[in-house]
Amino acid sequence: MLNTYVVYVENKPGVLTRVASLFRRRAFNIDSLTVGRTEKPEVSRMTITVDADRDQARRIEANLYKLVNVLLVENITQEPSIVRDLAMIKVAATHEARSHVLELASVFRARVVDVAPESLTIEITGAEDKIDGLLEVLRPYGVMEMVRTGIVAMRRGKASTTALAAGNGNEDAAEEDVSQSV
Amino acid sequence: MKDKTAGKSTTGASILWECIEREGVKHVFGYPGGAILPAYDALKHSKIHHVLVRHEQGATHMADGYARASGQVGVAVATSGPGATNMVTGIATAMLDSSPIVCITGQVGSKLIGSDAFQETDITGVTLPVTKHNYLVTHANEVARTIREAFYVARSGRPGPVLVDITKDAQQTSCEFDWEAAKPQLPGYRPDLSPAREEYEQALDLIHNAKRPVILAGHGIIISGAMQEVRDFAERAGIPVALTLLGIGAFPAAHPLNLGMMGMHGEAWVNHTIQEADLLLAFGMRFDDRVTGNLKTYAPNAKKIHIEIDPAEINKNVKVDVPLVGDLREVLHELLPHVESIDRSEWLDCIDKLKGDSAVRDIQNLPDSGHLYAAHVINDLWRETRDGETVVVTDVGQHQMWEAQYYKHEKARSLITSGGLGTMGFALPAAIGAKVARPEAEVWVVVGDGGFQMTLCELATIVQEKLKVNIAIINNGFLGMVRQWQEFFYERNYAATPLLNPDFAKLGEAYGIRSMTVTERSQVVPSVRAARQHDGPVLINFRVEQEDTVYPMVAAGAALHEMIRRPSKIVETAADE
Repeated sequence: MLNTYVVYVENKPGVLTRVASLFRRRAFNIDSLTVGRTEKPEVSRMTITVDADRDQARRIEANLYKLVNVLLVENITQEPSIVRDLAMIKVAATHEARSHVLELASVFRARVVDVAPESLTIEITGAEDKIDGLLEVLRPYGVMEMVRTGIVAMRRGKASTTALAAGNGNEDAAEEDVSQSV
Repeated sequence: MKDKTAGKSTTGASILWECIEREGVKHVFGYPGGAILPAYDALKHSKIHHVLVRHEQGATHMADGYARASGQVGVAVATSGPGATNMVTGIATAMLDSSPIVCITGQVGSKLIGSDAFQETDITGVTLPVTKHNYLVTHANEVARTIREAFYVARSGRPGPVLVDITKDAQQTSCEFDWEAAKPQLPGYRPDLSPAREEYEQALDLIHNAKRPVILAGHGIIISGAMQEVRDFAERAGIPVALTLLGIGAFPAAHPLNLGMMGMHGEAWVNHTIQEADLLLAFGMRFDDRVTGNLKTYAPNAKKIHIEIDPAEINKNVKVDVPLVGDLREVLHELLPHVESIDRSEWLDCIDKLKGDSAVRDIQNLPDSGHLYAAHVINDLWRETRDGETVVVTDVGQHQMWEAQYYKHEKARSLITSGGLGTMGFALPAAIGAKVARPEAEVWVVVGDGGFQMTLCELATIVQEKLKVNIAIINNGFLGMVRQWQEFFYERNYAATPLLNPDFAKLGEAYGIRSMTVTERSQVVPSVRAARQHDGPVLINFRVEQEDTVYPMVAAGAALHEMIRRPSKIVETAADE
């Protein structure tokens, strides 16, 4: 099954390579990996999705912790969480197709970010399957170019960074809150 | 008290040695070159003794041997580019055997990085998968903290190699040096884990209910320094102990509960005992494929308790029932007071019966055919050196397995061998490291004729450093273990395994090492005695039976109890014809 990890790492040169290299040499296949800044300048945050069974998933976590620069690993697969992917899709949209494409975009709550004589560029944010859905209905019109960011994820309610701030994975510091799906 | 060095402006090179010295290091093993020259220049102000090696691979094995003999961090030094890449094999060896070494490499100037400058290699990139952690240092003011972190990471938790690559300008430029202020900052590094209370209770439950338990004793016992605790545990619970190759010495060979080595070339009864056990207590071992054989048929009726410091080892190869993640010594301290004394004489009698006719098949008890066998050499060496503080350092191959079978080790750190990586060429340099770490110990190299030739350049290091190291070459004119596999699995097609060797005794003499050649069993003991009495290094070229075989053998992929055994009568071999 697909496991989603949120991984906090020290914001230092080469850390991405260490993480990527770990997955390669242990023969775990990364489905998606994104990395970016966090609310703390010295900390970067990764969202990694990997196809793994339960035992493998636990070993991935243990192996990530063996990397000296890894601060916190959370497998949020089973946790209520918000998962988002962003895509930009350039669709061939000639005069007659244009209105259909615009209609489809609005059904998916996607935004048109560029209009050219022969094409439309649509930006969509959402769970991966929502983007896959839009892509499927756009294909007949001719998808000329596409880029996706890979997913970013965040647990609902309780903040991971509270545990991080408390230092050394002291999870008691983070109070369990309740939150509603939005 | 205020540190007297605080605030003083010092070069990165001087800070490097100052920090290494403060970490308790007295000896380093290295080879100079362009990018590390500033550090070598600064060495004159340091109390550290530098051992000049002949090849950087040797430096890493020496640091490794130093670490394994003493438990202290070993240090190897090399220049950039080829100097650094020559270290890779030694680093990987230390990685797989959890040996704490710190490798210092010079790097081209920070402005030149990425320009394919002369002798530039991205060594942190190259060694990333084979180090516990590594660093690239580009400023003098990063040297102190990095070295402190490197030593801390190398020796804490599950030990391992750490490489520190320092650019030439970081060595040359100066900055303020303040040891106290350069404390390690490793917010994500957590080497000290301990099990939960209920895991202890589950473990005790399994131990007290087991009828046929076995302890699997690994290298972790020695690293953790838990020899006494394991002994107390085994004696109190009445549980027999099987050893991994690197666990040899963790439990005394002569102890009545000691079974011997397990695995591919383990004693037959040890493997049978494991297969019949109802509980395995894995102490600081990692269920390597060389000890389990086929995992599907491994110890099918046994529950498993795994005491291990590295959580990533849990359920990696063998699914365990109770993992106790933590330092072995501390975990055993917690367990010991709750362990009940149980009479297990029935199980121990049963194991005795498993021994069957194994002793008869032992080559020591076969009629003397007039040939010199490696087993004779090892056994006689053991009888002669058993009373002293002896460290045997082996290479990799048949002689390594015979050493493990026929040399009875009573103490930890008395056998040093490359287990996980199986690095040929390890023995000679590792023995140098061991001798430097423990000058009072009697150090013997047991090495094959193949592996010896991979790093024999270090004979010069032995002589230059005036080290009393004795070398026993088990010379069978073959890459013996590979030949054995060809004999069993490739229809005796001895492709690329026969060796045309030089006269090793003459070679030794050329280096100024007293050397002799032994061809008969009756000469073994006198040669060993002569070597021990000689005040200087000695090389003995033991020309042994060419096509001898290590028995028993669990073929790769076979079940642990399916062993190829020594035939009762010695088979005629090519040498007899």
